[in-house]
Amino acid sequence: MQKFTQVNGLVAPLDRANVDTDLIIPKQFLKSIKRTGFGPNLFDELRYLDEGYPGQDASKRPLNPDFVLNQPRYQGSEILLSRKNFGCGSSREHAPWALVDYGFRAVIAPSFADIFFNNAPKNGLLLIKLDEAVIDRLFQEVEANEGYRLAIDLPAQTVTTPSGEVLSFEVDPFRKHCLIEGLDDIGITLQDAEAIQAYEAKRSQVTPWIFS
Amino acid sequence: MALTLYDKLWDAHLVKQRDDGTALIYIDRQLLHEVTSPQAFEGLRLAGRQPWRLSANLATPDHNVPTTNKERQVGVSGIEDETSRIQVQTLDDNCDEFGITEFKINDPRQGIVHVVGPEQGATLPGMTLVCGDSHTATHGAFAALAHGVGTSEVEHVLATQCLIQRKMKNLLIQVDGDLQPGVTAKDIILAVIGEIGTAGGTGYAMEFAGSAIASLSMEGRMTICNMAIEAGARVGLVGCDQVTLDYVKGRPFAPQGEDWDKAVAYWKTLHSDADASFDKVVKLDAARIEPQVSWGTSPEMVVAVTDRVPELEKAEDDNQRKSWEAALKYMGLEPGQAITDIQLDRVFIGSCTNSRIEDLREAAAVAKGRRVAASLKQALVVPGSGLVKQQAEEEGLDKIFIEAGFEWREPGCSMCLAMNADKLGQGEHCASTSNRNFEGRQGYGGRTHLVSPGMAAAAAIAGHFVDVREF
Ligand code: SF4
Repeated sequence: MQKFTQVNGLVAPLDRANVDTDLIIPKQFLKSIKRTGFGPNLFDELRYLDEGYPGQDASKRPLNPDFVLNQPRYQGSEILLSRKNFGCGSSREHAPWALVDYGFRAVIAPSFADIFFNNAPKNGLLLIKLDEAVIDRLFQEVEANEGYRLAIDLPAQTVTTPSGEVLSFEVDPFRKHCLIEGLDDIGITLQDAEAIQAYEAKRSQVTPWIFS
Repeated sequence: MALTLYDKLWDAHLVKQRDDGTALIYIDRQLLHEVTSPQAFEGLRLAGRQPWRLSANLATPDHNVPTTNKERQVGVSGIEDETSRIQVQTLDDNCDEFGITEFKINDPRQGIVHVVGPEQGATLPGMTLVCGDSHTATHGAFAALAHGVGTSEVEHVLATQCLIQRKMKNLLIQVDGDLQPGVTAKDIILAVIGEIGTAGGTGYAMEFAGSAIASLSMEGRMTICNMAIEAGARVGLVGCDQVTLDYVKGRPFAPQGEDWDKAVAYWKTLHSDADASFDKVVKLDAARIEPQVSWGTSPEMVVAVTDRVPELEKAEDDNQRKSWEAALKYMGLEPGQAITDIQLDRVFIGSCTNSRIEDLREAAAVAKGRRVAASLKQALVVPGSGLVKQQAEEEGLDKIFIEAGFEWREPGCSMCLAMNADKLGQGEHCASTSNRNFEGRQGYGGRTHLVSPGMAAAAAIAGHFVDVREF
């Protein structure tokens, strides 16, 4: 999992409440044997004018010019700004996989759906909750200023706007630790790597055939 | 202190007890197949991790490999269904990339993971073993601690060689006495599930002991442990004895020479101590067990072949009554109907429960010189591995089956879960030697009856269920 400390990233505004997981990644893409490669189908129904199915060449599909991620000024964005209840719907982990695969590092919204809220940080995606009034203001600033970036500092738990305004946010200490260290469940177990190695060294005396 | 077998295996593999009540348990062996491993490998790649201990892993495709000779001849590219082909190809690619030993689709050692592991000696007494498949309990027959795990755990074990676990409670299933002729390990486990229910073993490691278990072959013990999960227990166990040692000796992955002697000395300690205490004990008299047939949509809905589909009044409570009603409706059966009156459309002999050589011998002995009933649409025999198939062919069992009108197929899971082309049509009744009779398990709208291989073969000949003891 990619570590998250500071990210100074271009912001894309998705001005819509209740962005659900079907919208994030439609169900026909779940048959895949992979957890990467969902990026081209992120927001598939909003992004393209034709119907999406697995295995298409995305570069040949007609783009919806009105969709925010298709506008030249938002190319390469790493921070998604959205409205309340982001990530509602099914439990599919494909939703955070798709956002991360596209290149997003963080989503900023007034609130998030529960399961998505649990899934996202396990995949290195930081979710930041800010007051609705603050979010309103950020939407205005993003739209008014091309190249608008936000500086996220996870250790300090702050978001800094281009004008120097510092907004602080809450984050669960355990998740914060895991994100900063880039630790998933496996990462946490690997912190005990020495204990595992010590076990192997001792056990290989008793049952050498297991280790040969 | 007196310990159970489960306690001993747990203690021997405890890497670290954590404060939150979970423990890191070391995993000696992981078996991999094509369905639950792709995202796990992908996870490794994404995180830039390598398998912790390569030699711990052994892979083979089984769940959706086709079983017809026509598709199999060509290898992976011959798999007609695209999703299946991609999954099998992906397993090959992942194993090649990471350097994991794999028995590929046309390797004679390929087969159902739970048949292949023991057959190769990759399953050994005293091991901890995982596989991304709930029937991993099978391997407990070797006094091994075997867990079925999910995809994220497959990845966790690949990367760390450990599993995060909480210790379970101890349950003893004591089966004493002699089985009647024609009654098998499959009937024992179906009778156990009928007795304690599909949740009876939830939260427990389930050990099978008693004179009836001790007198079973390893294959019979595997059949029993295989279905521990159908009684709710993630882990099934049988203590190590001479039968175990004789089976393991000389297998390709088994220790040899000095290591063998050392192993035997250790393995002989792998049984519950005489005065070990269990949290729960269930006793069964083997002599009273009759050939079993499941009538419903859960393995606990099972009766003797001489019996009838239950009357609804016999339900213990309202909930049971409702689930019986729903099951009867799905199965198209009447309360009180004699089991022997159930007419069949197909017969399936195979799956990780009953596709080993002894199972095929048992079925062939019944089929020999007889004909599959004309009313049947299909009777399939699917050996559990390429080596089982070879052995059966050397013994001429394939000819017996083919002459009787059975189809003789290539190894794989096949109609056990209907991920390939072998499936039931809507409303069709099937006598199956597999382990799950859930709605739709063997095909949309299909009706599964779980039985032993001998009972399945007898049913194929008669066209309906019959008591194999009278055959
Ligand atoms: S034979 Fe059936 S139960 Fe066994 S591993 Fe295959 S699908 Fe699972």
